[in-house]
Amino acid sequence: MIRLGVPSKGRLMEQTFDWFADRGVTLSRSGSDREYAGRVEGAEGVSLVLLSAGEIPRELAAGRIELGVTGTDLVREKLAGWRDLVSEVAPMGFGHADLIIAVPDCWRDCRDLDDFAAIARDFRAQHGFRLRIATKYHRLVRAWLAEHEVADYQLVDSQGATEGTVANQTAEAIADITSSGATLRANNLRILDEEPVLRSQATLFAARTAMGSELDGFLRLLKITG
Amino acid sequence: MIPKRDKQSVGQRLLAAFRDAGGVEVAPDLLLPAESLLDLYGEDIRARAYVTADPIRGEMMLRPDFTVPVVQAHMQNGAEPARYCYLGEVFRKQDMGDTHPENPRDNEYLQAGFELFSRDPDADAELFALFHDLLAPLNLRAEIGDMGLLLDAVAALPLPDARRDALMHHIWRPGRFRRLLARFGQPTTPRDFPESDAPWAGLRSEDEMIRRIARLNADAAVAPLAPIWSERLDRLFALQAPADQVTPLLRDLAQDMPAIAPAVDRIAARLQAIADRGIDLSAITFDASHGRTTLEYYDGFTFSFAADRAGWPDVASGGRYDALTRVLGKGREIPAVGGIIRPGLVAELEGAA
Repeated sequence: MIRLGVPSKGRLMEQTFDWFADRGVTLSRSGSDREYAGRVEGAEGVSLVLLSAGEIPRELAAGRIELGVTGTDLVREKLAGWRDLVSEVAPMGFGHADLIIAVPDCWRDCRDLDDFAAIARDFRAQHGFRLRIATKYHRLVRAWLAEHEVADYQLVDSQGATEGTVANQTAEAIADITSSGATLRANNLRILDEEPVLRSQATLFAARTAMGSELDGFLRLLKITG
Repeated sequence: MIPKRDKQSVGQRLLAAFRDAGGVEVAPDLLLPAESLLDLYGEDIRARAYVTADPIRGEMMLRPDFTVPVVQAHMQNGAEPARYCYLGEVFRKQDMGDTHPENPRDNEYLQAGFELFSRDPDADAELFALFHDLLAPLNLRAEIGDMGLLLDAVAALPLPDARRDALMHHIWRPGRFRRLLARFGQPTTPRDFPESDAPWAGLRSEDEMIRRIARLNADAAVAPLAPIWSERLDRLFALQAPADQVTPLLRDLAQDMPAIAPAVDRIAARLQAIADRGIDLSAITFDASHGRTTLEYYDGFTFSFAADRAGWPDVASGGRYDALTRVLGKGREIPAVGGIIRPGLVAELEGAA
């Protein structure tokens, strides 16, 4: 049995259903909208598990599902050593979002990461503590800033409404996922002029432990060749 | 696999040697307040240390190293000169990013260490000789360096304060340092700071921005640093030689950079003091950039002992951290030098012998 984990609500679920439908496999929720059980038609030996997108990386790593649809950002943030645990089977072409660092738009002297690093140094000297970046992507942001040798900052956890932290003075900058940048602009934030920390999209992942002929058969049916 | 008990007994043997060398044994807490460690090491420590929460004491860390708690304790109530030694577990996470480490290191391992708070110029040689003699049977590769040498060289560059401060600050970040130095060698094009109609937001004040813009505008008028200076710096940073041959090479560099002459004298005196303790300098490598990849708090003499094993961390390492005592001493400061040995690695090397 192949257990396929799919986001349980919203556009991500609908687009996932469409993506599979285009490949001849019909996914649907069984019963009422409130019930997190699903049906699979057009493929043998596959069951549908509806989950929060954020839990899918963990379920894949634990071997409780064999396939899962979620964002590359969530897999890389939540699974240390993700390449050893899951394999990227197919990018799905929707759910595009970039993980970026944004600063107050009023900072006219801050265009790129070099400016940001210099401002962080000044800030620490002036205020006696490190410049705060609000984010929920701790591992990705920390690794990226370490790679770019930015030192005088600290991360503060923000699991929601991250764009508001600067106005509330609980952070000086943010690192978050954005697709259009509209929320950032509405909050007077501006993206640093750099390549994003990560370009993310909805992706079909397979658990490494599940690789085998049964999975290959399903992937062939979906016309995905490894 | 070497049993933990055997590593523990190697640790006890090292601790006994440290005690014989005059060290007073101290036993810092396993749970340390995260704040001062975070302030000192920055975010990197959060990636490497186990952080936990206490409902009353706030964010705590499982001891990631001994130096900070030992220095804090000494600065609070220590008399000088002081020699401390310790043995205990430290805890380090390993987060290698995309793939799991091929040879995972222990997440908890022993450190045996010795810290020496003293104004005696001979302290570096005393500490190095202590470690050298303890490790001599293992035939390790010994390397030494001196961050003071590099800091003095950078401080003496003919640059305005703002540029010099930026270089000094980033000396431990080689990529950023190299880019800054390259930029200072080029004519600056005045920058444009486009107006923004966004309302002011956040804790960084408009004044702070205006001051930085003024600094950048002033910087645009600065003449490029003559190429000869970055060449001299490159030559110094790249200097590597057996320790018995390095003094004339350093004196040669000091001809062009007189500002490093006092540091060169200090290094020469230290090498002599090490040789006077019967240590063969030709078996030690002096690497001018040695301290650049170690902890940021080392600001003078640095040393490491490494085994010829792929993927292994240093078996022992240490250095001088005068500035750290200033940061943690709240107004007081005292010259300090210290180092640690990993008894677990010593046990493995002895087990393989």
